[in-house]
Amino acid sequence: MKTKIWITGIAMATAMAVTAPPVMAEGEVYIPMPVYRVGPYATGGTGYFGGIIDYYTLMNMTEGGVGGMKIIWNECETNYNDQKGVECYHRQKEFQGKPALFFDPLSVGISTSLVAQGRKDKIAIIAVNHGRTEGQRGDVFPYYFMPGINTYDEHSIITAYIGQLEGGMENLAGKKITLLFHGSTYGREAVEFTHMLCEKHNCSSEAIEVPHPGNEQTSQWLKIRRSKPDYVVLRGWGVMNPVAMQTGVRMGFPISNLIGNIWSNDDGDVKPAGSSANGYQAITTHPTGRVASVIDEIVEKLYDQGMGDLEDKSRIGSNYWNLGVMAGVIHLEAVRVAQARFGPDVNSAQVRWGFENLNLDTARLTELGANGLVPEIKTNCMDHVGGHQAKFMRWVYAETKWEVASDWIDGDVELSQAIIDAKAENAVANEGITPRDCNDPAQRDDFEV
Amino acid sequence: MIYRETGTFITSYIEDRKLFPIPFDKWAMALFMLFMVFVIPFIASDYWLAAHLIPILAYGTAALGLNLLTGMTGQLSLGTAGFMCFGAFFTFNIMLRSPEWMNLPLALMLAGTVTGVIGIIFGLPSIRIKGFYLLVSTLAAQYFALWFFRSYPYFLNYATATVTLPDHHFDLFGIGETFDVDMASFEAKYLLSLGIVTALALFAKNLMRSATGRNFMAVRDMDIAASVIGIPVIRTKMLAFFVSCFYCGVGGALFCYAYLQVLGIRTFEMNRSFEILFMVIIGGLGSIAGSFYGTILVYEFPILFSWAGDYIFKGAFDTAVVDNVAKIMYGILIIALLIREPGGLAALWATAKQKLRTWPFPH
Repeated sequence: MKTKIWITGIAMATAMAVTAPPVMAEGEVYIPMPVYRVGPYATGGTGYFGGIIDYYTLMNMTEGGVGGMKIIWNECETNYNDQKGVECYHRQKEFQGKPALFFDPLSVGISTSLVAQGRKDKIAIIAVNHGRTEGQRGDVFPYYFMPGINTYDEHSIITAYIGQLEGGMENLAGKKITLLFHGSTYGREAVEFTHMLCEKHNCSSEAIEVPHPGNEQTSQWLKIRRSKPDYVVLRGWGVMNPVAMQTGVRMGFPISNLIGNIWSNDDGDVKPAGSSANGYQAITTHPTGRVASVIDEIVEKLYDQGMGDLEDKSRIGSNYWNLGVMAGVIHLEAVRVAQARFGPDVNSAQVRWGFENLNLDTARLTELGANGLVPEIKTNCMDHVGGHQAKFMRWVYAETKWEVASDWIDGDVELSQAIIDAKAENAVANEGITPRDCNDPAQRDDFEV
Repeated sequence: MIYRETGTFITSYIEDRKLFPIPFDKWAMALFMLFMVFVIPFIASDYWLAAHLIPILAYGTAALGLNLLTGMTGQLSLGTAGFMCFGAFFTFNIMLRSPEWMNLPLALMLAGTVTGVIGIIFGLPSIRIKGFYLLVSTLAAQYFALWFFRSYPYFLNYATATVTLPDHHFDLFGIGETFDVDMASFEAKYLLSLGIVTALALFAKNLMRSATGRNFMAVRDMDIAASVIGIPVIRTKMLAFFVSCFYCGVGGALFCYAYLQVLGIRTFEMNRSFEILFMVIIGGLGSIAGSFYGTILVYEFPILFSWAGDYIFKGAFDTAVVDNVAKIMYGILIIALLIREPGGLAALWATAKQKLRTWPFPH
């Protein structure tokens, strides 16, 4: 017990000495960057955060930041580990005396762990295209945002696409769909809803878990071979994806019937699988490749000058990196929306209001140079998701690129709303949350909820 | 000089058996505790409480539990995270499904007791098998816990994967409302954890000085000899499993309630068991204080490193580089430490204390 005195004492003294904030220059906004560059999920982490950093850097170069305020950030390595992510959040809440504007950890586990804490600190927790689905209800979870699509949209869109492949939703009857999911908070989020979808369309469903990190799936695929599903929906993450494709093909499952979800769709997921991945289809909210002028600008002004965050230039335009750029656009648009109402020096609660009043329509996206990359997103007090639509793409092994396989497909919002409402009400009952009234303009426009 | 015994005369057996026979030790400890209780909550920032002190206390409790089993009684176990999982889930369910009067400390104790009973069940193989074989059989506890809570969503109140632990679970006898204090603030959570950990550590310390503790150690040193001199080996082993799992359960509950504020299965995966085993080995097998030294080292080292990367090098290195270097350094440190001092940090501290006793005139 005694050394604790010294260790704690020394640790605290040093920490307090060093963290004494140097006064920061005026005209800066701080955004924390909880990256993960190592571990089995590094493809996701480096791509996504690389895209965000590149977009912020570009904005700092061309527009002097956001609304005239220079953007600064610092990195904290989370390893995609919930506990480390929470530590990073507390560490990054403030940087050089400047409070964080929002927190985007790209992890369902970390973001769900921070739902309550974010609300206490008045810092919005952002989870682009994923997250704790009932967080869509902005009246119950004012500080939680999932711009793009939520998990339920995602899986209803996948079911709709399978319906298209079968030539109509009525043909789904009697079909068998298996969900192969990653053994994490993220993976499990879809299980219940997959069963609900199949109930609605008279198909039978089954959910098989792949334990983290998922580099060994023989037993799961043997099970699939026995139960002979018509389609397997892959809800993978990181190293689990290429392994699923390879193992599936080895076991004789047709790759064209393996449909990837929103986190199983990166170039880095399909390339390691080699020729096995040819014809693999996956959902996406944003196309890959150099599809928008903002990406060309990043390449021209950063990568051609020897800057830019990606170490491997061939990943420019890859799915996760493009998603990162998309997230960057959404982030800064929220800040701009807030700045338009509150002036350039916004705080985190005001940026929260910005995230709640996003209106990224085609006109605005064209202005930002992001049309073709970012889907249309319009959020409000009751809907913290805002997009609810996605496309499909197919991997062409010979050309090492994705081709677009479908038009925009809308999520089954009706079906998902019921379960989202039920879960939100459960949260109200069990988590001591007092929801606000979104129909009351005073409560709706109050940024500090 | 510092740990001076000169002038301390022990005149009775009771005095001889005191927890802190050296006055300096006693005063230092008292000052330390006063500092932890009355100063830390006021000076420490949320970051220090939430991301350092509270997790160290929670981890420390679990490490202490494992140390009682492995270090004191010699029964190897890899089920620590599983037992933590039981503790955390039972605490949540007791809080959720009990009438108003239930409070968190009581729920922790109840959940700890249930976990202890489960520990006895998983400890049964220890009657017949020892060492590595027991290690493998305790793994079953680890996998069973995860399987169990995954299969029965009732225990997670039918949530998908995680539950946010509500603030009102922290209220104690209505103190929060009466005095208008935020019982779910990090200061309150820290004090709650500190109180529980202090009580448990004190209990463990005293247990080790009692006949039961001596039985534990006799079983560890040689169970056949212990049974020959009349120590009930089976009962002692079962008791060790009970006490150890009680601690692990409380540690797990604190980990979720005080630190993460979320309850989920993934928190208690296999890695966590290993992490705690490392804490115990590095801290010193069989040492109460060592459990906490080990916790501090294992928990703080990677953070310290990434923090250094942040503040000293100002982000000049990629976080991936910093993280990988930290892992390499951590490995080297552990190997060096264990070669130099197989007894772990606790033994290192004992040596230092011996030196301090005679400092500055060692001859």
